[in-house]
Amino acid sequence: MQSSIQAKFKLHRGDFLLDAEFSIPAKGVTALFGSSGCGKTTLLRAIAGLETAQSGFLKVGEMIWQETGYSMPPHQRPIGYVFQEASLFEHMNVQQNLEYGLKRLPEKERKVSLHDAIELLGIGNLLRRKPHSLSGGEKQRVAIARALAVSPQLLLMDEPLAALDQNRKMEVLPYIQSLHKELDIPVIYVSHSLEEVAQLADHLILMEAGRVVNSGDIHDMFTRLDLPLAQELDASAIINATVSGFDEVYHLMLLEFAGGTIRVAGQALQKGDEVRLRLIARDVSLTLEHQSATSILNIFPVIVDEILQTGPAQMVVRLLAGEVPILSKITRKSASELGLKIGTKVYAQVKSVALLS
Amino acid sequence: MLNESDLIALGITLKLALLTTCILLLTGTPLAWWLSRSRWRYKFLLEAIIALPLVLPPTVLGFYLLLLLGPNGPLGALMMSMGGQPLAFTFSGLVIGSVFYSMPFVVQPLQDAFSAIGQRPMEVAATLRASPLDRFFTVAIPLARPGFLTAAVLGFAHTVGEFGVVLMIGGNIPGETQVLSIAIYDHVEGLEYAHAHWLSGGLLLMSFILLIAVYAFNSRFRVVKNAI
Repeated sequence: MQSSIQAKFKLHRGDFLLDAEFSIPAKGVTALFGSSGCGKTTLLRAIAGLETAQSGFLKVGEMIWQETGYSMPPHQRPIGYVFQEASLFEHMNVQQNLEYGLKRLPEKERKVSLHDAIELLGIGNLLRRKPHSLSGGEKQRVAIARALAVSPQLLLMDEPLAALDQNRKMEVLPYIQSLHKELDIPVIYVSHSLEEVAQLADHLILMEAGRVVNSGDIHDMFTRLDLPLAQELDASAIINATVSGFDEVYHLMLLEFAGGTIRVAGQALQKGDEVRLRLIARDVSLTLEHQSATSILNIFPVIVDEILQTGPAQMVVRLLAGEVPILSKITRKSASELGLKIGTKVYAQVKSVALLS
Repeated sequence: MLNESDLIALGITLKLALLTTCILLLTGTPLAWWLSRSRWRYKFLLEAIIALPLVLPPTVLGFYLLLLLGPNGPLGALMMSMGGQPLAFTFSGLVIGSVFYSMPFVVQPLQDAFSAIGQRPMEVAATLRASPLDRFFTVAIPLARPGFLTAAVLGFAHTVGEFGVVLMIGGNIPGETQVLSIAIYDHVEGLEYAHAHWLSGGLLLMSFILLIAVYAFNSRFRVVKNAI
């Protein structure tokens, strides 16, 4: 049986009411996504025990962290927490910061070694430094390693990249992606960036005004037309694919997924590698016949699954390529000229594909 | 130079200042912590009471303490009923008076230092398995170190410099309650200006050196300024 995280919180903060309930698998990365002020951080803090909910229930795996009349204090919860600002202890050097939590952990609960945490975040050369001498990206990597060093059963991350500029984000993001692969620790990751979510998450909790709108598998959530994500400017579909071969002549990689083959430039990966792709709905166009005289490389047959009008001239179409859902944004005029209906067989032409991992 | 009674007054002064500073650091730390964290509605009342010695003429404070500690005062009577003696005109009485008189100089820098830390480092420590007491000692106190230095130096120097309160509740008993500031007053009254010069100059120099040390150590002048 797969273990899960079940939560139900109700708490008032002035005018704000958080009334959130969700159940997610205790595995992989779950993104807590929503606009600013929707209560993502408050919900994360409630999970950590940093906010006390008037009424709350929280069960992680088989352990109850909170229920009516009981709330495990934060220092007893087996969590790691990465705050938006690195918040390193200024009176300690990097090494002492890393050891602070570790020293308080009973020997038998130490599963992640300090050495591994240091290696994973690439901070071996910073150990003697004081926090004030580190760059923003370095600080955040130390903060992540410090949270990992307590061998958490659940890692909570509150927009760890939000306080960093674009270059620093790109510096830290790969480390967060590798955590996910190297360590078997479930992560709840707060973000308001769809791009970050697309890169990291397996699972998504969608929040709005203090409530959980919906939660589910990321592939499904991104392409559901009844959810606001499909109407975002950069609405997209996430696809898992496997590297199946290389086109040596044109320097392309062949990526196999349930709905066909996608070709992207580059040869950096190994055959058999699992990759994640993002197909932006704006870059997917539809034709009734397979075009051959076109510069577009990636064309595959799809079936129209659902159509939604999103503006006076705009529509978004959910398509199935094999079993895999993708989105296409087209004009109402085009939809009418193509005669799109549910079940129509068309070809999706994908102008660009982003390789996420 | 200094005669024997001057040296005795110096000894009493240092003993009084050290004892007062220690008592204030021990009691002022939890009090300042509570003041910096509490959201109690009437907290300002307590803050105002602690700040009173900053504005009150020392003689007024001394007068009420004298009434409180004297043989007819509640505290003095309590001491008598337990077989002790009233606290007025004793060294113990001086210590009690000094603790009240110097309290804002210790509590305020500590409160400012604790407030400046903010909630975040304590939350971080909580998520790193530190219990409330553990995080107080390993995070709050080390981060508030500049505040502790300021509090200790100001509390000490201010006690050394007190005059009005000491005169009211301690009297001027050589070897028991006569402190430096009162010895200086005595010398001036007796027109022994050379003695007064030595003692005054010595106090001036000591105060100056202490403050230089604090300012040099604390890059955070804010804490000191707020207290004064």
